[in-house]
Amino acid sequence: MSVKNKEYFGTGLSAEDIKEGKVLYSRWRPKAEYGWAAGVAVSRYLDELRKGRIVGRKCGKCRRVVVPPRMFCEWCFKPTDSWVNLEDTGTVNTFAISYIAADATRIKEPIIPAVIEIDGASKGMGILHLLGEVDPKSVKIGMRVKAVWKPPGDRIGAITDIKYFKPLP
Amino acid sequence: MHIKRRVAVVGAGMTKFVRRAKETGKELAFEATKMALDSTELTLKDIGCVTLGTAPDAFDGVHMKGEYLSDGAGGWRKPYMRCYVGGGTGVFAAINGWYHVASGLFDTCLVVCEEKMSSCQPHPQYAFQTIFDNITERPLGPNLVWIFALEMNRYMHAHNISKEEIALVSVKNKRNALDHPCAQLPQKITVEDVLNSEVLAWPVQRLDISPTSDGAAAIVLASEDVARKITDTPVWIDGVGWSLDTAYWTNRDLFYPKYVEYAARMAYEMAGINNPRKEIDVAEPYDPFDYKELHHMEGLLLCKKGEAPKLTKEGVTQRDGDLPICPSGGLLGVGNPIAAAGLMKVCEIFWQLRKEAGKRQVPGDPRTGLAQAWGDLMQVGTVVVMRAQ
Repeated sequence: MSVKNKEYFGTGLSAEDIKEGKVLYSRWRPKAEYGWAAGVAVSRYLDELRKGRIVGRKCGKCRRVVVPPRMFCEWCFKPTDSWVNLEDTGTVNTFAISYIAADATRIKEPIIPAVIEIDGASKGMGILHLLGEVDPKSVKIGMRVKAVWKPPGDRIGAITDIKYFKPLP
Repeated sequence: MHIKRRVAVVGAGMTKFVRRAKETGKELAFEATKMALDSTELTLKDIGCVTLGTAPDAFDGVHMKGEYLSDGAGGWRKPYMRCYVGGGTGVFAAINGWYHVASGLFDTCLVVCEEKMSSCQPHPQYAFQTIFDNITERPLGPNLVWIFALEMNRYMHAHNISKEEIALVSVKNKRNALDHPCAQLPQKITVEDVLNSEVLAWPVQRLDISPTSDGAAAIVLASEDVARKITDTPVWIDGVGWSLDTAYWTNRDLFYPKYVEYAARMAYEMAGINNPRKEIDVAEPYDPFDYKELHHMEGLLLCKKGEAPKLTKEGVTQRDGDLPICPSGGLLGVGNPIAAAGLMKVCEIFWQLRKEAGKRQVPGDPRTGLAQAWGDLMQVGTVVVMRAQ
């Protein structure tokens, strides 16, 4: 703000102003629902998850093995070449200990999201997932972890077919 | 690169940043725009084109927000467009306006940014869900704060940085905001206050984060010949840069914002800056979280990787330090109406280089300043380098 301005615009309201109807308000709740085609690469990824496997794609030019898989290499800008079976183990690249849910409501038992570098993929290739069966205080970057799968009958071909990753002994 | 004309900022304005504004987005946009125009000798009639920045429609529940806000931004019956690169929008809008004028297409351009986050209730957090990959990430129930917590932890790990060192940024910026008449969260707090605040997603605690806000900001751009006619103190935009990195954010190392470096290098080259640490007198890097100021100082090459906490600790980044960082109070103190917050940083550098910042004025004779914003899926950097007459 410049010293030349002496008047400032904008009127702050409190949550109570709204709750108690001190200001006029109009409301609307969207009823939107979406369904997404998973696409060529991710459909295979999800199908393999249903079978209890993590797969990646290899680019023959830069030789990267990428996960999540993709049908084209964004750097070489050419189609990727082959499917690669990866391990269901990996290394914690980074993690957080979350006391908030998706809608910012507070939760007592923390969720531990992490970026997990998957064994068999190129270095640095991580996916977002959760950690479980672990004391939040003992989680460390560099920790070795393994996927805990849902029972085969409960899998639907989704990232949540892996319940979480737990520390390797 | 061939730039036809030099471009100046000749006016700036902003509203108060508040948690919930009584005014509509259009009304906020109008107030900021009017203030910016009134600070020049120009009227809306003299404006050749208008560019608007605002973040996702999902915040407002209003489709095509560009059109929705266009009258408040003075856009009717003019070449008008909305630009959007997530959190990077505020500074990108200035860049967008810049090339409208630098190209020779227009002599003047009004740049307006607005955000009203309070309409998404009870909290805009849930609207942010839609930034995550709809198939491979969203089923895990991610929260926007996660991504920052993951990045902050990686940054702390890479350089062995403590929470205490990072908290100093929040303390500094909220205190700087005490001198900003439009600030939402000016506060005198201590490092202990930050460390004792509610843990949202460790390592992120409540006082590490900027608030959600409503507000608007605007600037007026003019070509060199117009600028020289209407003001003795134009502030030149001498360098612009922007860059987008991979959206596979789990595939890149979060410890360093390479895309900010690419954007900064583009802007520095254009402005002829070889040693940013020495040549930049005052900077407003994007600080939606305290660690982000440090992260961005490093990406902007204002210090070495991992060195920003040390500069902060030594007081270098204080308003009276050798390299004042976020003298406005930043997003942490002034508030974070996303697109408007980025443009507020451009406004602040404009006022600083014109020596109009009053109690916030950095001492000495600042000649060169920088504003930067960051956003999309944590992988876009937008930078402008500005110079006093």
